[in-house]
Amino acid sequence: MSGPSDYQPSNPALQWIERRLPILGLVHSSFVVYPTPRNLNYWWTFGAILSFMLGMQILTGVILAMHYTPHADLAFKSVELIVRDVNYGWLLRNMHACGASMFFFAVYVHMLRGLYYGSYKEPREVLWILGVIIYLLMMATGFMGYVLPWGQMSFWGATVITNLFSAIPYFGESIVTLLWGGYSVGNPTLNRFFSLHYLLPFLIAGVVVLHVWALHVAGQNNPDGVEPKTEKDTVPFTPHATIKDGFGVACFLLLYAWFIFYMPNYLGDADNYIPANPGVTPPHIVPEWYYLPFYAILRSIPNKLAGVIAMFSAIIILCFLPWLDSARTRSSKYRPLAKQFFWIFVAVCILLGYLGAQPPEGIYVIAGRVLTVCYFAYFLIVLPLLSKIEKPRPVPNSISEAILAKTGGKSTPMVSTAIVLALSGALFAASVDKARAEEGGTKPPGNSWSFAGPFGKYDRGALQRGLKVYKEVCSNCHGLSLIAFRNLGDPGGPGYSAAQVAAFASEYKIKDGPNDQGEMFERPGRAADYFPSPFPNEQAARAANGGAAPPDLSLITKARSYGRGFPMFLIDFFSQYQEQGPDYVAAVLQGFEDKVPEGVTIPEGSYYNKYFPGHAIKMPKPLSDGQVTFDDGSPTTVAQYAKDVTTFLMWTAEPHMEARKRLGFQVFIFLIIFAFLMYFTKKKVWADSH
Amino acid sequence: MTTASSADHPTRRDFLFVATGAAAAVGGAAALWPFISQMNPDASTIAAGAPIEVDLSPVAEGQDIKVFWRGKPIYISHRTKKQIDEARAVNVASLPDPQSDEARVKSGHDQWLVVIGICTHLGCIPIAHEGNYDGFFCPCHGSQYDSSGRIRQGPAPANLAVPPYTFVSDTKIQIG
Ligand code: FES
Repeated sequence: MSGPSDYQPSNPALQWIERRLPILGLVHSSFVVYPTPRNLNYWWTFGAILSFMLGMQILTGVILAMHYTPHADLAFKSVELIVRDVNYGWLLRNMHACGASMFFFAVYVHMLRGLYYGSYKEPREVLWILGVIIYLLMMATGFMGYVLPWGQMSFWGATVITNLFSAIPYFGESIVTLLWGGYSVGNPTLNRFFSLHYLLPFLIAGVVVLHVWALHVAGQNNPDGVEPKTEKDTVPFTPHATIKDGFGVACFLLLYAWFIFYMPNYLGDADNYIPANPGVTPPHIVPEWYYLPFYAILRSIPNKLAGVIAMFSAIIILCFLPWLDSARTRSSKYRPLAKQFFWIFVAVCILLGYLGAQPPEGIYVIAGRVLTVCYFAYFLIVLPLLSKIEKPRPVPNSISEAILAKTGGKSTPMVSTAIVLALSGALFAASVDKARAEEGGTKPPGNSWSFAGPFGKYDRGALQRGLKVYKEVCSNCHGLSLIAFRNLGDPGGPGYSAAQVAAFASEYKIKDGPNDQGEMFERPGRAADYFPSPFPNEQAARAANGGAAPPDLSLITKARSYGRGFPMFLIDFFSQYQEQGPDYVAAVLQGFEDKVPEGVTIPEGSYYNKYFPGHAIKMPKPLSDGQVTFDDGSPTTVAQYAKDVTTFLMWTAEPHMEARKRLGFQVFIFLIIFAFLMYFTKKKVWADSH
Repeated sequence: MTTASSADHPTRRDFLFVATGAAAAVGGAAALWPFISQMNPDASTIAAGAPIEVDLSPVAEGQDIKVFWRGKPIYISHRTKKQIDEARAVNVASLPDPQSDEARVKSGHDQWLVVIGICTHLGCIPIAHEGNYDGFFCPCHGSQYDSSGRIRQGPAPANLAVPPYTFVSDTKIQIG
């Protein structure tokens, strides 16, 4: 995109097109012969990674929209049906949901890279501002996408974020009503968010085109911050940058696949597996990890309007960066003070992210205020001041000189170490918000589940015994509405044959109709029917159970969690420990005690449970030794029942887990080989250029 | 490009490029599959397409009913003696899609005609008991089917399809 090209294709048909629409010349000049500084490091591949992720999000998003139903009553279920019934639906959904996190992770690296190497300085101001616009659009898109599954966090996140606009004086209330299309967040809100969530990515793609255009006019910045002067300073984009970017993408895919196949819920919130309930707010409303620093800034200001203004300013201030930092030296490599303050700023952002996930009380509020001041001080005081007082180190005359100097000089392992630390810090901040179920309850003990780990499989015997426990005990009060009888015969499940499934289903009475006379009737169940719920509606369930409706169990093992604390969640990232939900369910089933400990009062109609948050549970002790008989000689103890029924409920929550882990292993083998091939190809291509 | 100085190890370099390109192509093609496969009917749709049973006892002679199986209308006609005779009197060889009436019904249950009510021209639903052949008439482009559901006149190329079905008892069939 850098002016007219003299490219002439040799094929006459292409020549014909080229004379009428010089698109090949455009591609040739922008992505083939385009001169790239030869000293770019791997932080520069994040531009390509981001383009790749945008394409991925649009592709998977368009496909998910083919199966998703944007309706307040159906959205939650339609997402679950995508995951359960659509071919590879679980894969596409994980790609999209984890993809959002990966996209933001990459954009943060990309932005920090720009900050470190001064990529916003003259003549790249417009390029930088376009980037900030993309980032804002991404935030809006990500927020609206998170609302679509219509779980508890979706609903309450939507409520809290849209209420930000109520801080606007005079018009606030009317603006919020306008955003909602009603008097509260509801079906119209969901519908418009779906529409906009589909639209915005294409706007992003449009601004990305402008961003790339501006980039190709100004030329790429580089780690030394000196403009290319001679041909010796650059290499052609293809194959050099293309192959290097390709290798970067391949490595990034490894991280992405780790989440898709092994940790799909690591960055998510268990509460979002509970369907939206306008009557109950979850104890902590926490946004997705990528908004946490701004959320912390919002909360640290005690005035509503001022908090909202501070939060938005924290982003908008990036637009003014080219003028706040007027130092002539671009790269922090040659700015000893700026370099130190940069890393302090990174730490401030990570700590703000951590605070955004903590309850707004006590020391957290004070720390939040201090860090908010630090955040703004970096832009408003430190950078302007440094431009005046800092003495930069001498900058090399040209890129080739910088490369020559580097070959003899020291490398910079320190920077990479710091980045790795920053990454783990980000993971840290991301996972602390999962501290949920533990409040007021004892932490459940860990278990060794057969389905844990990269090769985990369900124990068929446990699934079948668990089904028996569910059927004879739990099903008296709890529904299993997302499971059809046919699922019992699915691969990776309890492993019943079609005949066994039909026999099992026919023991149930299913309401059907209306018949030709217009009447509802009961008939024996078929494989395609779903487990009937014990109560006709929530009100009936509530009335029959002392005011607390027994939750549906289909997703219970994913809808419950507890904080593992530092440093366990970091270890969990590598060990893939994801079984907090099952741990909690199994613990609650065994946590009933007749003797209430001193100092705990249990209200009338509730029971003491060691692991239940607040200890007072409305469910009486459901299991006792010998209650359910097993044909396979397994012990008929509460511990065994709890373990089996939890295994069964893990399967109902994640019926395709075995397929997910199996495919994940294959994908990893491929990606590792591919990354190696890309690496060696890259080395060959660059062999002549170093 | 990069070919200029490859004289020292031309084969090794070429092999590496080909292997990398091939891996990318294979990976890309394999990654495409889930995106295509998701368009096929999902598991609940397939399960809902299981066989259905239909009770024939309320259908009097000369009447017909329409039931749905896999989202398709199925006509079940209780044919009169006259309709059966008409269907069997024609010269099979003269038909556009030659097929005898016997081949289109279950023997011993000759009065029951079970056909998928979708015109073989472009998919409209023909109207029963209309047209010149005492069978079905398609209002879209005027195809006419006889009392055996065979195409007799109009643009449709083939007879109305017979769905898979069996008689569970004398008055009950299972479709699918
Ligand atoms: S669709 Fe029936 S005649 Fe054309």
